[in-house]
Amino acid sequence: MGAPAPSIDLFDCRDAYVRAVEELAAQDDRIVAVVNDSVGSSKLGKFRDRFPERLINVGIAEQNMVGVGAGLANGGKIPFVSGASCFLTARAMEQIKADCAYSQQNVKLCGISSGVAYGELGATHHSIEDVAWLRAVDKLTVIVPADPWQTAEAIRASAAHDGPVYIRISRMPVPELTRTDPVFAIGRGEVLRDGDDIAIIANGTLVHRALAAAEQLAAEGVAARVINMATVSPLDTELVAQAAATGAIVTAEEGLRQGGLGGAIAEFCAEHQPVPMRRIGFPGFMPTGSASWLMEHFGLTATGIADAARELIAARGG
Amino acid sequence: MRERANWMRRRLLQMIVDAGQGHPGGDLSATDIIAALYFDSLRIDPSAPNAPDRDRFVMSKGHCTGALYSALAGAGFFPEAELDTYLKPQSRLNGHPNRVYLPGVETNTGPLGHGLPVAVGIAVAGQIDAADYHVFALTGDGELQEGSMWEAAMFAGHRGLGNLTVIVDRNRLQQGAQTEETNGLEPLADKWRAFGWDVVGIDGHDHAAILCALDDTRAPRSRPRVIIADTHKGQGVSFMRDQAGWHHGVPNAEQFAQAIGELEAEMQ
Repeated sequence: MGAPAPSIDLFDCRDAYVRAVEELAAQDDRIVAVVNDSVGSSKLGKFRDRFPERLINVGIAEQNMVGVGAGLANGGKIPFVSGASCFLTARAMEQIKADCAYSQQNVKLCGISSGVAYGELGATHHSIEDVAWLRAVDKLTVIVPADPWQTAEAIRASAAHDGPVYIRISRMPVPELTRTDPVFAIGRGEVLRDGDDIAIIANGTLVHRALAAAEQLAAEGVAARVINMATVSPLDTELVAQAAATGAIVTAEEGLRQGGLGGAIAEFCAEHQPVPMRRIGFPGFMPTGSASWLMEHFGLTATGIADAARELIAARGG
Repeated sequence: MRERANWMRRRLLQMIVDAGQGHPGGDLSATDIIAALYFDSLRIDPSAPNAPDRDRFVMSKGHCTGALYSALAGAGFFPEAELDTYLKPQSRLNGHPNRVYLPGVETNTGPLGHGLPVAVGIAVAGQIDAADYHVFALTGDGELQEGSMWEAAMFAGHRGLGNLTVIVDRNRLQQGAQTEETNGLEPLADKWRAFGWDVVGIDGHDHAAILCALDDTRAPRSRPRVIIADTHKGQGVSFMRDQAGWHHGVPNAEQFAQAIGELEAEMQ
């Protein structure tokens, strides 16, 4: 199969997110948006102008925001609750657990500016723990889309899904990946490039970097399979098992090394199909720097991914 | 309603004795209010627990399930005999209410500070739809020490949620001590007023006063309303009344007999 070519132009996935929410709202008056003074950072200004009565701004109060979202769902609405993912998840963790997941309310939580988008602002504003935290919550779907197309697909699939969902939305510019057969389903990963020497499993802003890493490896005669694992929970374990069959897995995500996508895959493989692994991600609290500097410095790059793959292959004696 | 409340008190004490645990103090404090809601005020249909136009009752003080479950069973949401399974393995009657298992429960509570934001969200949905259902939430007074309650109160005042009524079970005791010794709430009525709420104060064990206050919620309003109900923890059982020690606890056989005797005598 031909690997998708990343577009030359870069896109802000928030634009795809707001377009999708607006389209849905135009078709279904149950769709409402709930924000914490984040109309600007969520790019929901046009939504507010178009559907003023359906834009609910609770102010700077994330616990109330998530509780209000659960209440709106009880009242028959489909709320898209949006806020900076560092605050939406950390401040309202218990509301996400109790009011949304445990109560099985139909709430869609949109974490904006995830990862290290706010790189210079420090660890309080880095949302690198969110996937690890939320993956631990039962009954909560966790999706980390890779590009604008998949962001819009994830929003549409979430609206159609009856249950709580967390969608992690980047503001770091990413290319659009041209797929020959674009399909998206919650809980299904996507093989973007075939290869049997090693598997690279990535999501979010690391997917196009994983494809570039596979290009580097191909030049050296290594055929790397690239999988876009947009849904972290529930995990596509069938695809992980097939990846493990290549004999080595590199995971890559714009998040903490432990507990997120890499953690999910390591847990599955340890129990079902032990395989050498390397996990690309951030170590924890980090020095000041822009998003691109942090990504470079901590090896969340095509070269970083390719180096991890080379290391695994060398260890295998290949 | 007096008979209903008395029956609920006897029934919930029996449940707690059978289960070997529970929160009798807060249950008995809230019993008269919950009896008024379920047996007089709420527009609900146990045969259609998810009807879109039902009134909503959110039990923010989620640990007081003895009172809630006895009312739900009494109102016909599930068979009364099921009360015997309270807190037992596989029972739908968990120590905190669970909407996934139990019809009539609107949201899972337990951790304090959760019910009011959810009630506010339901009221916002009703406001958007111009629906004619009313949303009620019962909170503990100690629960008002949680910041999320005031986030919700502030927003409900800002939105002018006239379809929302909060009842504060003001028994002045939290788990370990007096609220006013722990982190004082007074002047409580002024706090709600400052957040844009109408405030009514009642005796939370005076059935006529509770019914009168609840009936009045149906009037069209442009502001949310809080009923501060002065109550006594352990109300109805002399040795539990106003005792922080009965926040959770189980009466022994002798105490149980005395409690039931007192409650039966009250109905003579």
